[in-house]
Amino acid sequence: MSPSDYICLLPLIILALASVIVMLVIVAKGSHKTIQFVSLALFALAFASLFPEAVPLPHAVPPLLLMDRFGAFVIALILLSGGVVCLLSYLYFEGKEEGPKEYYLLLFLCSLGGGILAISQHFISFFLGLEILTIALYALIAYLKSRPKAIEAGIKYLVLAAFSSAFLLMGMALIYMEVGNMSFAGMSGAIRDAPSLPPLFLAGLTMLLVGVGFKLAVVPFHMWAADVYQGAPIPVTALIATVSKAGVLAVLIRLFLALEVLSFPRAALGIGLLAVASILVGNILALQQKNIKRLLAYSSIAHLGYMLVGFVPGTRQSFESLSFYLVSYILATLTAFGIIACRSSKSEESELLKDYQGLFWSHPKEALILTISMLSLAGIPLTAGFTGKFYLLLATLEPDYWALAFVLVLGSAVGLYYYLRVITTLFGSYPIQENTPSLPVTSFYILCLSLIGMLAILTIVLGIFPSPLIEYIRGIWIS
Amino acid sequence: MILLSLIVLLMLGGALSYLSERLNPYAPRWVALLTTLTSFVLVIIFWLGHYHRFTLSPAPNWLEEFRLEWIPTFGISFHLAIDGLSLILLALTCFLGLLAVLCSWREIQERTGFFYFNLLWILAGVAGVFMAIDLFLFYFFWEIMLIPMYFLIGIWGGHKRVYAAYKFFIFTQASGLLMLLSILGLYYSHGQLTGHYTFNYTELLGTTFSDPRGFWLMMGFCIAFAVKLPLIPFHAWLPDAHSEAPTAGSLLLAGILLKTGAYGLLRFVLPIFPVQAMEIATPAMWLGVTGVLYGAFLAFSQTDLKRLIAYTSVSHMGFVMMGLFAFNELALQGVVMQLITHAISTGALFLLAGMLKERLHTRDIGQMGGLWTRMPQLGTLGLVFALASLGLPGFGNFVAEFLILLGSFEAHRWHTVIAALGLVFSAVYSLRIVQKIFLGPQNRYGVLADFTHRERLMMGILAISIFWLGLFPQPVIHTARPAIVKLVELLSKESDTAYQPYYEPK
Repeated sequence: MSPSDYICLLPLIILALASVIVMLVIVAKGSHKTIQFVSLALFALAFASLFPEAVPLPHAVPPLLLMDRFGAFVIALILLSGGVVCLLSYLYFEGKEEGPKEYYLLLFLCSLGGGILAISQHFISFFLGLEILTIALYALIAYLKSRPKAIEAGIKYLVLAAFSSAFLLMGMALIYMEVGNMSFAGMSGAIRDAPSLPPLFLAGLTMLLVGVGFKLAVVPFHMWAADVYQGAPIPVTALIATVSKAGVLAVLIRLFLALEVLSFPRAALGIGLLAVASILVGNILALQQKNIKRLLAYSSIAHLGYMLVGFVPGTRQSFESLSFYLVSYILATLTAFGIIACRSSKSEESELLKDYQGLFWSHPKEALILTISMLSLAGIPLTAGFTGKFYLLLATLEPDYWALAFVLVLGSAVGLYYYLRVITTLFGSYPIQENTPSLPVTSFYILCLSLIGMLAILTIVLGIFPSPLIEYIRGIWIS
Repeated sequence: MILLSLIVLLMLGGALSYLSERLNPYAPRWVALLTTLTSFVLVIIFWLGHYHRFTLSPAPNWLEEFRLEWIPTFGISFHLAIDGLSLILLALTCFLGLLAVLCSWREIQERTGFFYFNLLWILAGVAGVFMAIDLFLFYFFWEIMLIPMYFLIGIWGGHKRVYAAYKFFIFTQASGLLMLLSILGLYYSHGQLTGHYTFNYTELLGTTFSDPRGFWLMMGFCIAFAVKLPLIPFHAWLPDAHSEAPTAGSLLLAGILLKTGAYGLLRFVLPIFPVQAMEIATPAMWLGVTGVLYGAFLAFSQTDLKRLIAYTSVSHMGFVMMGLFAFNELALQGVVMQLITHAISTGALFLLAGMLKERLHTRDIGQMGGLWTRMPQLGTLGLVFALASLGLPGFGNFVAEFLILLGSFEAHRWHTVIAALGLVFSAVYSLRIVQKIFLGPQNRYGVLADFTHRERLMMGILAISIFWLGLFPQPVIHTARPAIVKLVELLSKESDTAYQPYYEPK
């Protein structure tokens, strides 16, 4: 490996080293606060090393990795999510029954896995990244092991993830058997001139999609989502909803682009059906949820459906819109989970909708931030979510995919109902009995709240002035 | 610049009212009053200053324009412009905004800051809708006005407020999304034809469509506007929203939010899709006629005063639909008049309903009766606006409905004959209001206060305006004429009949 390779991969190297550093700090009996600050600094360092001036992008590290502007963009999103989750974790784990220190180590591993996925070019790095990500997640989900739902959620995720990895591996094996190559570029050469996809390849691709579908929790592979979202600690739920989805989506985009699979109508149809099913089922299941974590789980299923819609046209514009939507989704999701984490007390998570009754009148800032996040997820103008949805529709209608556009619109209309339900609760009348003890306002609470507030403001800014981000994303996809 | 400053003024005023609540719970209403008053004065000064420009030669154009690049990648610009039509509706918006602040003066005692914030942001959104001529921007404002209205109904409404607020929001938002699809379809139709992708209204005019595509694109717009109007069968949200909303909410809903639907049809559907609009003219007029009669019937059978008034809106908006699809100058002038007079007369009735509710704590007209002797001033004005609503000559509503019927008689004779029956029904329900509430045996209510000064002021202004519009409607007709004539010329070009002016003003 040449020095420029190292410079290019520096963010990932820092993430890998970070887990070792955190271990050393634990050995040195650093306090929770010390570990927190060290972790935050490491996230910031990784972020800073992301756009090296010395090495022009794209820069390939053959045969496994390719660092290009898209990869850097996704890694930036992953690091942002990781950093926010890290900050929330202090608030959440401080004073909890379980020692929180090893938690940070797993957090770094998770981000590392996502980062590898984002720049992988090869089945090996694909699988490697995915396993680093998931294995860290098993432990994270079941981290508070004395809580009744945690072990259940962890086991559920373990079984399903192992199951889906098996599918994924089998799919990869079948594809390898057909084309005799495991790098994305090599595979594309083997099938480029085929009039239709070879059956073995198609079977492999389908199994691979099943595996990825489990990780993304798209319908019909979504059964685990609500239980795991509910059982996991709140920061971990935020991590599942952002880092793991962004990484897996990124590698899927790379694979599909390299193989030009979408020019085959059958593959496009398959993705389209997954998208439609996720949008409809996700939105409908979310309608009656009384638990906000479960509600967000189903809503994330629907949002993944929206993003899969962006795959179907297979045009440059559709991938641009997908990237923009990913940003808006991650911002809104982080804000929502951030507020939930802030509102939770030491012994109990405030995860029921009724815990938020009339929050606007007692805690206007928190309620306002959560409202912005809900409006963005619902796709109401003035928020990034609207711009994202608009962009997606624009891309879908360019080649006249009216049916998909209709499903997207129908899904948004259904989705309105439950997002509004959250907002109505926030602005509803104040609860009569006032027995919930008010949470202590620590400096970390203020720090977290201002950070989440900034994300919310960013959501609004991207809703009003989306041009810079749009131009940036176009720049990514032109190269 | 006045266009942008109007929106900014209302939005800033809203933010200020919210913040001023910390100083004093009564501060927000003064801030709101000052904001709406300033905006109203601004618009009136602008109107008077440009009054000489409402002529047919030179060819009518925008009075004022403001343009800023927004998302150039997609051909989206922040483009505001007004002509006579939008100016009238803007003035109406500011006028009703002022009244809405005044009528909430006592009614809203809780969370005043957030209330006036929402109120002013509704006005800002509606003002934006009337000014935007970039379709993306139009959709943007179209959605923006919904959220504060949702809060207004959902927080300060009656017992079933949450249900009503949901219903309002989901109906309008879902139909709005269909419009968004149509806007995008239009964008691509125009772009593929000319190679120039834009959301600019003036450039999108004159786009030609392949056969079924144009029809469906128009339907997307039509459904969004028909829900807002509301047109049978999309009216289900209206009675609930109106009856549960606080007085200011009902006033703004009836007075300006419904008008955005009619404005959308006038500004976008007819000019952009003239051929397709002519194809659906007959069924559209039937729907209008059905609305006139159905609304009147249901209004007659209501016992809840606010629901009753809500159904009269359905009936009056049926006339608007008829006038729009008659495609001639008389009928379209009637539509513009109807938009204003309906806003004033129905708004006044909602204010009266609010005042009665404040005094009697009920909206059930079965429990009222004999109130004239207790509150003679309120009774008199109740009679005035009931008569206005039934279209008695001398009131603005008469002018409006007469012009619509005259115009549509020429276009579709039998539709008009049947719709004219609606006038009879409206007499029946209007007189029922007066008889049930103000006449008849007295019910057991204690001391009832008549108008306060504030209420007298509001109702006085409204009564004067409705009389003025009935006796001297020319300023409105004069202002709207260039825009209407332009539209009729455009439509007659499509139907091969030359445009014949009805009259030549000196």
